[in-house]
Amino acid sequence: MSTLMNGARMLLECLAREGVECIFGYPGGVTLPLYDALYEHPIRHVLVRHEENAAFAAEGFARATGKVGVCCATSGPGATNLTTGLVDAMMDSIPIVAITGQVPSKLIGSDAFQEADTFGITRSCTKHNYLVKRLEDLPQIVHEAFYVAASGRPGPVLVDITKDVLQGQGHYQPVTAIHLPGYKVFTEGHTGQIRRAAQMIQESQRPLVYAGGGIIAAGAAAELREFVESIDAPAVNTLMGLGALPSEHPNFVSMPGMHGSYAANMAMTESDVLIALGVRFDDRVTGRLAAFAPHAKVIHVDIDPAEIGKNRAPDVPIVGDVKRVLAKLNKLLAESPQPAGETVTAARRAWWRRVRGWKEEHPLRPVTSETEIKPQHLMAEIDRLSAGQAIVASDVGQHQMWAAQLVRFNAPRLWLNSGGLGSMGFGLPAAIGAQFARPGKLVFALVGDGGFQMSIPELGTISSHGLPIKIIVMNNGCLGMVRQWQELFYNNRLSAVELDCFPDAAKLAGAYGFTGKTIESPRELRAALEEAVSTPGPYLLNVKVSPSECVYPMVPAGAGIQEMVLGPPQPVAVPSQ
Amino acid sequence: MTQVISLLLENKPGALMRVTGLLTQRGYNIESLTVARTHDPELSRMTIVVDVDPVLRQQVIKQMNRLINVLQATDLTDLPAVVRELVLVRIRTTMESRTAVLKEAEIFGGRVVDSSTEGYAIEATGDPEKLNEFVDVMRSYGEIQVTRSGALAIGLEAKKLRLQPPVPTKAVAM
Repeated sequence: MSTLMNGARMLLECLAREGVECIFGYPGGVTLPLYDALYEHPIRHVLVRHEENAAFAAEGFARATGKVGVCCATSGPGATNLTTGLVDAMMDSIPIVAITGQVPSKLIGSDAFQEADTFGITRSCTKHNYLVKRLEDLPQIVHEAFYVAASGRPGPVLVDITKDVLQGQGHYQPVTAIHLPGYKVFTEGHTGQIRRAAQMIQESQRPLVYAGGGIIAAGAAAELREFVESIDAPAVNTLMGLGALPSEHPNFVSMPGMHGSYAANMAMTESDVLIALGVRFDDRVTGRLAAFAPHAKVIHVDIDPAEIGKNRAPDVPIVGDVKRVLAKLNKLLAESPQPAGETVTAARRAWWRRVRGWKEEHPLRPVTSETEIKPQHLMAEIDRLSAGQAIVASDVGQHQMWAAQLVRFNAPRLWLNSGGLGSMGFGLPAAIGAQFARPGKLVFALVGDGGFQMSIPELGTISSHGLPIKIIVMNNGCLGMVRQWQELFYNNRLSAVELDCFPDAAKLAGAYGFTGKTIESPRELRAALEEAVSTPGPYLLNVKVSPSECVYPMVPAGAGIQEMVLGPPQPVAVPSQ
Repeated sequence: MTQVISLLLENKPGALMRVTGLLTQRGYNIESLTVARTHDPELSRMTIVVDVDPVLRQQVIKQMNRLINVLQATDLTDLPAVVRELVLVRIRTTMESRTAVLKEAEIFGGRVVDSSTEGYAIEATGDPEKLNEFVDVMRSYGEIQVTRSGALAIGLEAKKLRLQPPVPTKAVAM
């Protein structure tokens, strides 16, 4: 049985059948039929204050749950405003579906009011995109969009729908199957390769697990843990993989890469077998590729064949779902327990001693001061309150790196950050999406004073829904990461990095109807954070931190990751004459 | 050195743009591109000739294969394959050179498709290199206008086509 309905209603029918509960969006001329249908539909619409934030909020929702996030915008400027969020989701493999309105079919190409070539513009911003010009195609396309977004290597899919399709009347016929003959999803890894990998791991003397966002996307945290424990190897999580292995796990070393720890980078460099799981050998992780893990044989597991060999040619490539591959690998390892000879056993023990030695030699230690709040001190206090359990939606910059270094994440989907694209203005709207997805969860929006000022309008969204997000601004009065590079690599010629005007936090939050506060003394820090967390509803805490701190360790651009700068340049003593 | 890529893709709007986008985003200039429907009206066959940085070739093919609309992308550059092209030449001839032009065209297997007092229109097919020579020869006889189809290629080794079977939607679960 099918009932007559318009395209907008049909779209909502499809969304409901895909399990969508919440859409982040902003209405406009051509999406009026959709908003009319929403008026009486159980799907919740969250009105953000800018379309870019609708995309980021949908990402926050998806990152916090693994479900497909949905955002919606009108034609022209609405659609073009979504694009940063789409590319962001593309870079971090986050499943979102974006619905955009398009001018009526007959007007396409006529420079109609609010017309933009959304289909063309978003071609390279999405995993796949669609332009719907016929109502009868709509249900099939919407279900395809959800399938493509969530399956294989997840990513953003955009569906551009003309106004005449949204208005047209038709019968909804449930779509039973999706047939995309060219869409290759590789799930099962090659058994022979998995066997080779198992053998290589068992013979390895200095194994290292290098786990990334793919583990989280695949829901493979349990398999990863079993794997790491069964081979008892040290493990690093990338920026996108934090929480894949709990930060408190005894085998967890820390994050590798440009601002990774000394131990993680040394372990990468010295390992003899690198087990790369759901990672893409990003340039921020590897540093100079030629110097990266020079002694290691590489086992690379990824669901996307285009990632295999892109940056580092693996010795054992395995294309497949990392969850299934790890399950098979675990089974193999359990069935044929390590026939490790004395050499391997002794070497493994020595390897662990070296890794622990590196950790002790240069630990990631929160710096504190009596007179000013050090950014690292702030992170340590957030870490204390979170205890590895809170959601931290981070913006982009120094605070992001310090948080990644110092805040524990004991489960996947707690650390939400724009890793690949590095989009400033991501943190606050992502926190909104996450809080809608996990209403009872403690959510921190950890932002810098730069990124926060890109997303201040969303305080309206937060306030109108009473979202209990704890917004922590790490305020160093400048665009810290750019300043750090100017300081270190451009002779300290500080150009366009000073943010000398920041709104009064109490007044700003007050203007939106909630509490805000500014602190600058280290003695106030703990109590202020506790107050922020214990105050019901939203809270804006502006933390003035030491303005001159740089993130260390740091691998200079173009250097190998073992060539870390471990701290600020020390003043050179002038020899007395 | 140019690369010859053969693609089997869905005959859908935007499919061409997705494939060429992977090349243009890297700033590569496409030397030639042909695309037409296959015997199955839902599918098209495309041949692209493009100069891709050798270290990136495999990557580009993989990324083409990753496209939802692409069933198979194959680099035919180093595989046994036949590459052919069609050229149409319109040549203005003097009365004296008409016979010579016809003889030369014959050597290249050219066929006259139009003849007038002004001259001829000649079609020729063959290996693209050979057609270059044909065009050069024709030019030596007078003013010419040339249209080329771009290379069409077919691999001579059967390659297994891996297709995704249909999957059920969530729509029917409710």
